[in-house]
Amino acid sequence: MTTAFSLRAAAPATAPCAGVRSTSAARVVPVSAAPAGRGRMVARAAVAAKADAPSSAVAGKSDGHEVLLFEALREALIEEMKLDPTVCVFGEDVGHYGGSYKVTKGLADMFGDLRVLDTPIAENSFTGMGVGAGMKGLRPVVEGMNMGFLLLAYNQISNNCGMLHYTSGGQFKIPVVIRGPGGVGRQLGAEHSQRLESYFQSIPGLQMVACSTPYNAKGLMKAAIRSENPVVLFEHVLLYNLKEKIPDEEYVLCLEEAEMVRPGVHVTILTYSRMRYHVMQAAKTLVNKGYDPEVIDIRSLKPFDLHTIGNSIKKTHRVLIVEECMRTGGIGASLRSAIIDNFWDYLDAPIMCLSSQDVPTPYAATLEDATVVQPAQIVAAVEQICQ
Amino acid sequence: MAAAALLRRIPAARAPATAFMAARPISDSTAALTIKTSVPFTSHLVDPPSRDVTTTPAELVTFFRDMSLMRRMEIAADSLYKAKLIRGFCHLYDGQEAVAVGMEAAITRSDSIITAYRDHCTYLARGGDLVSAFSELMGREAGCSRGKGGSMHFYKKDANFYGGHGIVGAQVPLGCGLAFAQKYKKEDTATFALYGDGAANQGQLFEALNISALWKLPAILVCENNHYGMGTAEWRAAKSPDYYKRGDYVPGLKVDGMDVLAVKQACKFAKDHAVANGPIVLEMDTYRYHGHSMSDPGSTYRTRDEISGVRQERDPIERVRKLLFTHDLATAAELKDMEKEIRKQVDDAIAKAKESSMPDTSELFTNVYKKGFGVESFGPDRKELRASLP
Repeated sequence: MTTAFSLRAAAPATAPCAGVRSTSAARVVPVSAAPAGRGRMVARAAVAAKADAPSSAVAGKSDGHEVLLFEALREALIEEMKLDPTVCVFGEDVGHYGGSYKVTKGLADMFGDLRVLDTPIAENSFTGMGVGAGMKGLRPVVEGMNMGFLLLAYNQISNNCGMLHYTSGGQFKIPVVIRGPGGVGRQLGAEHSQRLESYFQSIPGLQMVACSTPYNAKGLMKAAIRSENPVVLFEHVLLYNLKEKIPDEEYVLCLEEAEMVRPGVHVTILTYSRMRYHVMQAAKTLVNKGYDPEVIDIRSLKPFDLHTIGNSIKKTHRVLIVEECMRTGGIGASLRSAIIDNFWDYLDAPIMCLSSQDVPTPYAATLEDATVVQPAQIVAAVEQICQ
Repeated sequence: MAAAALLRRIPAARAPATAFMAARPISDSTAALTIKTSVPFTSHLVDPPSRDVTTTPAELVTFFRDMSLMRRMEIAADSLYKAKLIRGFCHLYDGQEAVAVGMEAAITRSDSIITAYRDHCTYLARGGDLVSAFSELMGREAGCSRGKGGSMHFYKKDANFYGGHGIVGAQVPLGCGLAFAQKYKKEDTATFALYGDGAANQGQLFEALNISALWKLPAILVCENNHYGMGTAEWRAAKSPDYYKRGDYVPGLKVDGMDVLAVKQACKFAKDHAVANGPIVLEMDTYRYHGHSMSDPGSTYRTRDEISGVRQERDPIERVRKLLFTHDLATAAELKDMEKEIRKQVDDAIAKAKESSMPDTSELFTNVYKKGFGVESFGPDRKELRASLP
């Protein structure tokens, strides 16, 4: 695998960023500014992850330590709360109980009841309170015990969280992080298996990211807390116990960047969250069959990292999107449109999108499995695209 | 009032000739004056404050001036709306001025105020200027929200005025969040979260009140009860119209919202209570002369007699005018001059606002996100990774 896709960002003419160190190995690519006012969809200047190395193996000084994904999230929270006294956590059972998925375990003892707040079951109002606190200079992390419960706070998330920076003409910033587990779990029932990415994706002013590994969970959580914009961090119920070795040193990931999971040449498979693992399982089968898929975990659901995605499409000319979202109006639907708008000339085959069925998630195990995309379907889809 | 006579102050707009003809200038004395409120306070779970309000002649004159300015601004907005210079929704506050002015007199700019969409006068009370207000109403660049918010989205961060919200009731949890931040930062200030009698039936208010009481936040929930939730009278929308009692375990106070001194007294009382003990509910018994908004004539669900009756008996500006006469603090001619001056001020501001340009098309995409996107990030080897998407 070559490093052809490492691009270093051309330093923007305006504010130079502190601490920029360009390495001699990188090429500097000046990119002309796109015309203002037109909805630009391609990154003006962005850095893709190095194509050959999985992101977690970026050279660190020491061996790192093994964590489970929920522990990685907790590490990120602890680090950020220590660094910045304005970071606080709101949620149901996050304090004394330690969090329903143990993400906030021990935080109440470390930081006290004023920074780790157990809220009553009142999503609409405590999300609103998080936004209000954000307007006044705090940086709340609002946890939805299950993302689906945040539907009750939809007004606050859409109208206040997303729009206040705009309607106030830039006076207020809302640096909140809204996070929680979503996705289809193990027979949790329809109302507890919701994927809200599609509901939130049209809200202007929000950023959305989905974590999938302990490494990117910690990095994205830190980035989300540091961001001045409201960020929705989608975690997945079934991924909390994933184990991985992460660096001991501090690191922060870029919120808008996609992750190259497996470089390849035959087809670009775009996925996020839990489906990444189904895709990688399918990839094993595909490799045995002689295919070489390129797997990208898009991570950033809003905005899409069209730079990384575009480079991949220019190489492979075939795209398969695998997502857990609903078919109608899901992330895949938007991604497909974005790719068609930007990379039509590079496509040799129609874009295929595998998503969950448009049904409430059933309880029965077999039916639940049939609702989400399974590795066998991914293999079949790749074979079809690559004909 | 001999002291007043010595403090000769000539208003700038007064022509030189009249200065010689003035019998006695408008008082700007700061000697204490105690005036009784129109009605006693009704309270719930707390001892009400005294009916005797301490004020000064200068303060009363300021009340008159500020309320007249607000009244004039709202009437002017009415004409601008009919001239189609203001579009969309325009909710006017005339009749309710005493709440904005009295509240401001009781607190400092470090305290926070958040309200719903009837926010033009609150913006003014918090130090907003007429030109930015009218520019925002007309969607111009010089507006307080750069023309991107409109009538329902006035904000003034440096004065701790948090808007300006269109969705009924949603501002109350925000207000409790502001109070939370005040407690978190140990600021000793309070937040006034205003809402109407219509919004008082929203569940999120009770949720927010529960949390505020649990966490002892310095939140003051102020129900501006103008008795009509758009076209629905309060008795048709609320089983219990005692909005000050709606807090249940949270103390409450009912105030004559057309009496600026009562409002001032109540707000001062509420702030002291909130900072020490946690949330309190205030109900301001007030009235709006206009309909709910400019699209609503305001006469299909209430009689013209009722409206003119309130205007005659309870108008907040007339009340202060009478007080100024009774205590011999100003003459009718002086107040008339002041009103003329205010009218001119408003007309000038409108003219200036009309000159302001519409926002540039590129403004469509600014302020959607802060500083472009995202954050600088770096891997453990400190290699700089940065995306600068639009």
